Amino acid sequence: MNITLNIWRQIDSQDKGKFVEYKLDNVSSEMTFLEMLDSLNDKLIREGKDPIAYDSDCREGICGMCGLYINGRPNGPQKGVTTCQLSMSVFKDGEKIIVEPWRSKAFPVIKDLIVDRTAFDKLIQAGGFISVNTGAAPEANAIPIKKEKAERAFDAGICIGCGTCVATCKNASAMLFVSAKVSQFALLPQGQVEAKERVQKMIKAMDELGFGNCTNTGACEAECPKEISLSNIAHLNREFYKAKVK
Amino acid sequence: MVTLNSKIPEGPLADKWNNHKASVRLVSPANKKKLDIIVVGAGAAGASAAASLAELGYNVKVFVYQDSSRRAHSIASQGGINATKNYKNDADSDYRLFYDMIKGGDFRAREANVYRLAEVSNNTIDQFVAQGVPFAREYSGYLANRSFGGVQVSRTFYAQGQTGQQCTLAAYQALMRQIKAGKAQMFSRRFLLDLIVINGKARGIIVRNLVSGEIERHSAHAVVFATGGFGTVYYLSTLAINSNGSASMAAYRKGAFMANPSMAQIHPTCIPVLNDYQSKLTLMSESLRNDGRVWVPKEKNEKRHPNDIPEEERDYYLERRYPAFGNLVPRDVASRAAKERCDAGYGVGDTGLSVYLDFRDAIRNQGKDVIADKYGNLFDLYTKVTGINPYIEPMRIYPASHYTMGGLWVDYNLMTSIPGLYAIGEANFSDHGANRLGASSLLQCAGDGYFILPVTIGNYLADDIRTPRISTDEPEFEKAEKEAKEKLNRLLSINGHQTVTSFHKRLGHIMWQYSGMRRNEKGLQKALQLVDELKEEFWKDVKVPGEMNELNQELEKAFRVADFFDLAHLIITDALHRKESCGAHFREEYQTEDGEPLRNDKDFMYVAAWEYTGENSPPKLNKEELSFKYVKVTKRSYK
Ligand SMILES: Cc1cc2nc3c(=O)[nH]c(=O)nc-3n(C[C@H](O)[C@H](O)[C@H](O)COP(=O)(O)OP(=O)(O)OC[C@H]3O[C@@H](n4cnc5c(N)ncnc54)[C@H](O)[C@@H]3O)c2cc1C
Ligand code: SF4
Ligand code: FES
Repeated sequence: MNITLNIWRQIDSQDKGKFVEYKLDNVSSEMTFLEMLDSLNDKLIREGKDPIAYDSDCREGICGMCGLYINGRPNGPQKGVTTCQLSMSVFKDGEKIIVEPWRSKAFPVIKDLIVDRTAFDKLIQAGGFISVNTGAAPEANAIPIKKEKAERAFDAGICIGCGTCVATCKNASAMLFVSAKVSQFALLPQGQVEAKERVQKMIKAMDELGFGNCTNTGACEAECPKEISLSNIAHLNREFYKAKVK
Repeated sequence: MVTLNSKIPEGPLADKWNNHKASVRLVSPANKKKLDIIVVGAGAAGASAAASLAELGYNVKVFVYQDSSRRAHSIASQGGINATKNYKNDADSDYRLFYDMIKGGDFRAREANVYRLAEVSNNTIDQFVAQGVPFAREYSGYLANRSFGGVQVSRTFYAQGQTGQQCTLAAYQALMRQIKAGKAQMFSRRFLLDLIVINGKARGIIVRNLVSGEIERHSAHAVVFATGGFGTVYYLSTLAINSNGSASMAAYRKGAFMANPSMAQIHPTCIPVLNDYQSKLTLMSESLRNDGRVWVPKEKNEKRHPNDIPEEERDYYLERRYPAFGNLVPRDVASRAAKERCDAGYGVGDTGLSVYLDFRDAIRNQGKDVIADKYGNLFDLYTKVTGINPYIEPMRIYPASHYTMGGLWVDYNLMTSIPGLYAIGEANFSDHGANRLGASSLLQCAGDGYFILPVTIGNYLADDIRTPRISTDEPEFEKAEKEAKEKLNRLLSINGHQTVTSFHKRLGHIMWQYSGMRRNEKGLQKALQLVDELKEEFWKDVKVPGEMNELNQELEKAFRVADFFDLAHLIITDALHRKESCGAHFREEYQTEDGEPLRNDKDFMYVAAWEYTGENSPPKLNKEELSFKYVKVTKRSYK
């Protein structure tokens, strides 16, 4: 198929940036979206033009490095996939595709489609851990944990830190990301010891880092490639409330 | 030839590590504060090491090429992590894990290291559980286990098909905690260009800031490489696309020996190559072989849908050839067997380069829910890539480059042949011999990082407590920075006609063709010549756009690929010299009548540690002889 791409180009964080149009012929529907961009870059390099900068590493939906805004939706039109898992088969011949980086104050653009997501690391630094030094752990089976609880903790723990939730939220809130970590640990006895401090510190850091407030629009859950559940936000709110009244 | 001193402690196997811990010198907490350690790489190995070292009180500086250390490729590891808890009461023990790994590695790993790994395995699981890793549990609330290839006990801990993600995040979070505490510093989006050796000791690194393009100098009292595997030398692999061998090659050029570089694991269960544009292959965890049965049709050129092929017309070739282990034979065996069937014309799919992995019987016997519970997310991943639903029809799989057993040579203390330079995790060669067993890499990474390195590095640093902070104005830094800049400028100035990726693809093709699952003298000789020619062509005709002082992904790639040529040369040299078949290294000249590998213990029971002798002169072979005192060296059989 032949497609027309409208891609955000920005030289560096200071540049204002603009869309540039590219035509790409003979795109196979078997390609992934990033392989399509690879082939566009291949063409640009051969033509002596500056290739487009975008992030990716694992290319299997687990490292969280790759997210892009495609036709107004994070990670494109397919549900439950990261950008690297998006297949070109969802696009039609002659289609116009608009490609942008995540847009959020907390994730400034570094170049073209690459953003700086270190704010997520800072959120984890604020309290997204269990304070156990190496060597201080008890025997693993000393604390039985209900299978169902462990599974819920896992479901929250599979967040890949991609930033889709922030990018899609009209308030640029990191609530889904933070709540996933807070719930994962609040569900486990090991994590409950610090539950109160954790939720308070992470919420405070979220405000300080320039993320917006959560107004429960639910856009994050709808677009999260890992389908992290909004119920984690409800769980966080309960934890936050508990921490306040105690 | 240098005699390699592996510094294995005295005493019986089961006492060595305890004896060693009791005898190492210690650094007092007050002195630890004065010592700087650089850790390059922060996957399961690097993050666990960096966090533990910071907890101890050292000043730790961490370098990764991604935007966050949470994205290291350990995050992609799927099936599980081993430990000898013996929760199943199936007679597991440290000795048995040790034995399985030594045998699985085809008697080419070091006994003392492997035993130590078994000894720290239980602490590793304890640590992860305490850090909040949501491992799978039984209804009782206690931890669940499953089996992996090459073993007959059930000792693998798992979190669905995302064990590595959960373990890596646990280590990452421990590291983030230390960063907040001010004990560790993170330098992300940095790429290692060179290692600094001053008066024979590793004292720093040169990195490129991938955002600004600036070249930076960083110094420390000791340097740790935890830079992962280099299976991407084959271009297509299950690794992250930016995985590389550049750190190892930098160390090698500065005098660290490269051990068994040709020992590369080709994993049997990956989603096959689907088209020419493909940039990456996706692994389907080995744990699937617990319940999935591998087969091909008994007839060549079978055109029927797999579900329409009756039982008696299916060849369950692993069960047929290896009745004792069946579908759970080790990876090298399963990969070669798949290739054998496909080469003989029984392969399936459009290209004939794949075999079936079938869950029909497991679903029939255990129910769909049980199978979904165990493998749900792997099945989803498969469906996402291929559009095929494995609950209804078999998966198609084929082997792909996955893991490098070979790597930087290290002694028992995990120190390379350069004093003060350590290598941990997949980057070193130490524990897996000629073939790695499933779920043992995460264990090695975390064991190295949490429990082993923090002990052994102290022993070295005890000598350094009076050494003040190393200055980055030393002439060694000056020189290395200048050389790194020259290399980058040279890449930028060629301005040829071919893209970096096109060279990488061609290199991968040569490696896969001649230095992959089956190798022979003639093919390897040819490969050596082809790689050298390709390298020459690269340095004449590659086109790298852009500038040095900017974010320039093509320049990053070019630097990695330039190193891959030299690494490939070394891999082939090693494969050529090892005139035997062992583990993943299968030389067609050395096989039994029924196609099983033929080891040559008399001449090759050693670790080949290659020494750099200059840009265009052949590497020098050093040998670390292996001796097996606690296992009987036998023919490795899974029949
Ligand atoms: C798909 C897949 C599934 C797997 N499943 C399992 C499993 O179930 N069980 C198991 O035990 N093992 C498994 N493995 C193997 C295991 O995951 C890896 O061997 C292990 O995670 C390697 O960890 P590491 O810490 O050594 O390196 P990595 O996690 O690869 O980390 C490398 C680090 O080094 C940094 N780095 C690399 N090069 C440079 C450079 N030049 N400059 C700066 N920084 C650099 C990177 O930024 C990164 O932080 C799997 C592997 C793959 C690919
Ligand atoms: S919650 Fe979902 S969208 Fe947000 S970072 Fe995690 S995986 Fe990405
Ligand atoms: S590249 Fe890792 S999630 Fe897309």
